[in-house]
Amino acid sequence: MLTKLLKDDRGGMVFLIILSLVAVLVPLLNIFVPESNPLHVSTYTITLLGKYLAFALLALAVDLVWGYLGILSLGHGAFFALGGYAMGMYLMLQIGDRGVYGNADLPDFMVFLNWTEVPWFWSGFNHFWFAMIMVMFVPGLLAFIFGVLAFRSRVTGVYLSIITQALTYALMLAFFRNEMGFGGNNGLTDFKDILGFSLQADSTRIVLFIITAIALGLGYLSCRAIVVSRLGKVAVAIRDAEDRVRFTGYRVDRVKLAIFTFSAVLAGIAGALYVPQVGIINPGEFSPLRSIELVVWVAIGGRATLYGAVVGALLVNYSKTFLTAAAPEMWIFVLGAMFVLVTLYLPNGIVGLIPKRGAKA
Amino acid sequence: MKALNNLRNFARRDKVFDFVDKPTNRAVDTSHGHILYVEDVTVSFDGFKAINDLNFYIEVGELRCMIGPNGAGKTTMMDIITGKTRPDKGSVFFGQNIDLLKMDEPEISQMGIGRKFQKPTVFEFHTVFENLELSIAGDKDVWSVFTAKLSSEQLDRIADVLTTIGLTENAYQRAGALSHGQKQWLEIGMLLMQNPKLLLVDEPVAGMTHQEMDRTAELLTSLAGEHSVVVVEHDMDFVRSIANKVTVLHQGSVLAEGTMDEVQNNQKVIEVYLGE
Repeated sequence: MLTKLLKDDRGGMVFLIILSLVAVLVPLLNIFVPESNPLHVSTYTITLLGKYLAFALLALAVDLVWGYLGILSLGHGAFFALGGYAMGMYLMLQIGDRGVYGNADLPDFMVFLNWTEVPWFWSGFNHFWFAMIMVMFVPGLLAFIFGVLAFRSRVTGVYLSIITQALTYALMLAFFRNEMGFGGNNGLTDFKDILGFSLQADSTRIVLFIITAIALGLGYLSCRAIVVSRLGKVAVAIRDAEDRVRFTGYRVDRVKLAIFTFSAVLAGIAGALYVPQVGIINPGEFSPLRSIELVVWVAIGGRATLYGAVVGALLVNYSKTFLTAAAPEMWIFVLGAMFVLVTLYLPNGIVGLIPKRGAKA
Repeated sequence: MKALNNLRNFARRDKVFDFVDKPTNRAVDTSHGHILYVEDVTVSFDGFKAINDLNFYIEVGELRCMIGPNGAGKTTMMDIITGKTRPDKGSVFFGQNIDLLKMDEPEISQMGIGRKFQKPTVFEFHTVFENLELSIAGDKDVWSVFTAKLSSEQLDRIADVLTTIGLTENAYQRAGALSHGQKQWLEIGMLLMQNPKLLLVDEPVAGMTHQEMDRTAELLTSLAGEHSVVVVEHDMDFVRSIANKVTVLHQGSVLAEGTMDEVQNNQKVIEVYLGE
């Protein structure tokens, strides 16, 4: 199965090997190498890496719909944020009476708003399993409803991109409102523990990092399974000649709907992995700029390769961390310059620089 | 009145509801010898009648050529048959029993009507082989496509079609790298993979060299008999070389119909088209 998925995918194989090495070595370097040693990896770095890996999973989701299906979604941040919020709601309810107001039943922001009980849509989120289902279900459902409406009426190209942008913008405005019951502009934060393990503990952070790495690996393989199947070929065919596909007897809208929904679920999982490691989720994640940024990651890394999206996400986010510390005002210009340069000179992204085996021979 | 008629239709006791007996589950009934019935079809775009009271019939196994000046409605006619455009009135039946106006493009394609576009449209990123693989007839819902594997019969079928369209040597080449003529043949091959009963071929020799034209003529005549073929074409020499029956369209309706000789000697046809 594994060999079939990675046949003709040298880049993917290299990526998975590096990912497994990192997932094993980084925790070892943290635990067994003393802090004085330069090889020591601090817990801070581990959490940072975990965050990058969650972003990489999100980039995979974007590449699946953009690179292969040709849908330029400028709203994937919405699915990421919804997954994050579902996880955040669970974490909120785990705080119990350790909040600032010490109310055992109500999260802090609800006490602040003088609410007397938890709204109905928060029920169930005190169970981990329920929250995990919602992490996938809510983004999936939104993508499904959106997809039914958009793909059946055959909205394509730039118009579809604009609608996805509007979708995430509308959600951002809604989530900013206190009445929505998701913490308004402060979002959800001040998390204490997950399944009884403290989020501040080194061991929890390491486990979260490893889980994120595993999720990224599985996410990669599942995207790969779609791409190598006939469904993946149909997706590429839709990207290149949608009418021909329709007259060949495929229901284009259903193919798009299935892949788009799957991608949204992946984005939701990425969001759920991101939130406990970063410790906050707020409506800023819904902002259209965030969603555009993810498209830039994929473009820089290289479209329609999957591992290119991962490379792009890691590289851009590392530069962001580095630059926003070294020269904060420069970051936005560097991001813009990277995007322009890649679009002009590297249409296949950074991974496009690697010579193909076929081309070499 | 219309509502009453709808209600009557809905309550008919000699028929089951459409959603129970899907037209796609029915086999085409051609016992009267015709595969396609186009009757009284009219369609207008912003008041301009692209098709005006169009009537024609295609027999089983026939090779029919449609000619006509630009704007005669040839491509619009294909759009109507394949479900892309809905006519304002009229009826289009596939065999005696299948109402094409109630179906959309994928359903019509699944029923066995294949269409070649005016501009050759193939999946450029995929190899010739993959192009044919994607066009295989069969279940095309998302899950069966995801789990689809090529059976040995299907492999044989692809090999057959590759021979028919003369692209065996190019099987593993990207379709985007083919010449213009080869793309035309590949597109015809993709139609053949769907085992269509009726092939609609829009300008198959546009931009072809003479040798390529001859090969295309050969290909299309060899397909007739097993399939019914409708060819829309501008090139008179080409039409003469393949057609036994020609329909001349003019301003959205049929101007003349008959053998090439009859049509060429028809005074009306000479006036609007051939004489120029």
